Amino acid sequence: MTALVEVKDLVKHFPIKKGIIFQRQIGHVKAVDGVSFEVVEGETLGIVGETGCGKSTTARLLCRLMDPTSGTITIDGTEVGSLQGDGLKALHRQVQMVFQDPYSSLNPRKSVGSIIADPFVIHGLYKGAGERKRRVQDLMDRVGLNPEHYNRYPHEFSGGQRQRIGVARAVALEPKLLIADEPVSALDVSIQAQVLNLLRELQRELGLTLVFIAHDLSVVRHMCDRVAVMYLGKVVELASSDVLYRAPRHPYTGALLSAVPVPDPSGGKRERELLTGDVPSPANPPSACRFHTRCPKAKELCSQQEPLLEPKPGGSIAACHYPLTDEEIATRLPVALGRQGNGAAPASPSPAPASPE
Amino acid sequence: MTDAGPPPQGESIAGDDPAPAGGPLLTVDDLRVTFRTDDGIVHAVDGISYTVEAGKTLGIVGESGSGKTVSSLSTLGLTRSRNSQIDGRIVFEGRDINAMSDEELRKIRGNDVSMIFQDPLSSLHPFYKVGWQLMEAMQAHQSMSRSAAHTRAGELLELVGIPDPKRRVDQYPHEFSGGMRQRAMIAMALANEPKLLIADEPTTALDVTVQAQILALLGDLQRRLGTAIIIITHDLGVVAEIADEIAVMYAGRIVEHGSTGQIFSAPQHPYTWGLLKSIPRLDNPRDEELVPISGRPPSLINRPSGCYFHPRCPYVQEPHKRIDPRLESVAGESDHTVACLLSTDIRQRIWEGLQTGRDVDSLKRLAASGNGRSAPATIPAAEPGEEQ
Repeated sequence: MTALVEVKDLVKHFPIKKGIIFQRQIGHVKAVDGVSFEVVEGETLGIVGETGCGKSTTARLLCRLMDPTSGTITIDGTEVGSLQGDGLKALHRQVQMVFQDPYSSLNPRKSVGSIIADPFVIHGLYKGAGERKRRVQDLMDRVGLNPEHYNRYPHEFSGGQRQRIGVARAVALEPKLLIADEPVSALDVSIQAQVLNLLRELQRELGLTLVFIAHDLSVVRHMCDRVAVMYLGKVVELASSDVLYRAPRHPYTGALLSAVPVPDPSGGKRERELLTGDVPSPANPPSACRFHTRCPKAKELCSQQEPLLEPKPGGSIAACHYPLTDEEIATRLPVALGRQGNGAAPASPSPAPASPE
Repeated sequence: MTDAGPPPQGESIAGDDPAPAGGPLLTVDDLRVTFRTDDGIVHAVDGISYTVEAGKTLGIVGESGSGKTVSSLSTLGLTRSRNSQIDGRIVFEGRDINAMSDEELRKIRGNDVSMIFQDPLSSLHPFYKVGWQLMEAMQAHQSMSRSAAHTRAGELLELVGIPDPKRRVDQYPHEFSGGMRQRAMIAMALANEPKLLIADEPTTALDVTVQAQILALLGDLQRRLGTAIIIITHDLGVVAEIADEIAVMYAGRIVEHGSTGQIFSAPQHPYTWGLLKSIPRLDNPRDEELVPISGRPPSLINRPSGCYFHPRCPYVQEPHKRIDPRLESVAGESDHTVACLLSTDIRQRIWEGLQTGRDVDSLKRLAASGNGRSAPATIPAAEPGEEQ
């Protein structure tokens, strides 16, 4: 139970500039604004939130594809923010990323073999041509691609297969930490499960630590041990999956969960808690609690004093002055979820064979 | 929308006479759409039939390339081109859309039948103000003064829940967020109070919170205006929320069709099972195993022999590779049809097995045991072999 990744007060502001020659800064987009969390070795941490909440920026900061404005990221004991040159190269042996769009994240002019071999070239591994090819074909086999397709080009593959190529490239260096940014949202439903199962298998085999970013709450629940919910650049709730989906304390988490359509026409009858409007602009976020403009429970205090991330009843950590009560949770969540165990101690997921029916 | 006019008995083909009351609003009968391409003939839609009643919602579910979008574009005559061939009948209010001239079609498009497209950013014109685009939709079909249309545009934006509609009417699409653009699209589609609204993946690009808002909006509008809706999506959760009936499409055909309750409580087609079992659900145990559908959708140029789904079906039997299944009623449920060669009894047992988490191999044996189609299958004891 050691933390592989420690993120502290991470901030990323993008300047908004005006003028063509004499540019002056007229403000900041506060994409990530003071985020702290840990990722324990071997676990899967999910990050969810609406578009523009800063989840992808957080992912890119973890990989050091961007430089943080302030705050620290420590991965395996190394402070990542100040790394340069060789240090950065060494970091990328430990931390790799799977991107959202399997169409634009693969170079169309390179064969699959050379795409997957690229990490080896960059890091000078397996220098013999034969050995390198063997390694790449092993990887292709491992992610469920036909190794004979070594010389094919990305356009010859379907979306699901392309995503497998992306996964193969990311695990080529056997990293400790894999960051998957919406890895299945561009795929057809029937294909999503293939890629999700692949990620889980690889995690087991390679002992990967996974940071899994998605906006689909059902997928996140399926994949993740712990989940961080982000809103406008802040983490508003952090809890284990079992706790978060059973007893969300932050009204935003509650609203997200209640908006998920459940593919069960009989179970869909519940008191829908609809958020109105859109996410406010991150360039000019609301004062104090950023959710207060859309929050059904907001009171005066919410616009004056910023709530801190604190432990709430049930085991989750949430930043809210007026967390959801048990009754509210029971009426708003999808029926079946609420039924699963209201108030029951969130023990480790019991290996129930299947739902009895 | 129930038209109170007396049914004009039979000859309703000509003129502006509205539909015969009582009949379905839209009847699609054996629709086939093919496209000639350099690689061969693409059979995008291959003989589908369905009806939509006024005030009801039909959900069409399927993967990309299953023909769900093409079939609904054809309802608006939008697949007409030199390289396409459209056969079958699409009867809207007693008139065959396939037989209409382009001029007649234009009167219906955006007026009686309108469409919400998937990608709101590319479906709105970036050069024109949102209000202008709404006004154009109205003025094309109604004689309306500019100022009246402008006022109405503002009202429409308000109707779909855009805050501060008076200001928003004079803004450009890029000033709208994704959810607001989608609402503007809906407003445009509703501008002439259509009798039929076709929504092609209306929520796919949106966040769950906005998706919930849009679905609530569609349901609300349907209740108020009595619009019939065809919703095309690959998200089973969305159809469960909104549809009365569901048609599951695969490779240009409807493979299963039934009420929403039937499809979710007793799905019959292995492809429907695959769709239901391959998505994680909030109401299932967290560690539930996902069962992906293996392989990928077939080419619509060189389609598989026999049942189109057989190369991906875990329960395929030898005859299924030759015999092409017809859409037939499920025993005991006349309004639930399925195109599958497994017997009803076997299908029922497999579905029960899937729900209790039995392993797929034993279910495959179960399917094999019923090889003689309607032979009374016994529970497969530990009978090994006959793997596909």
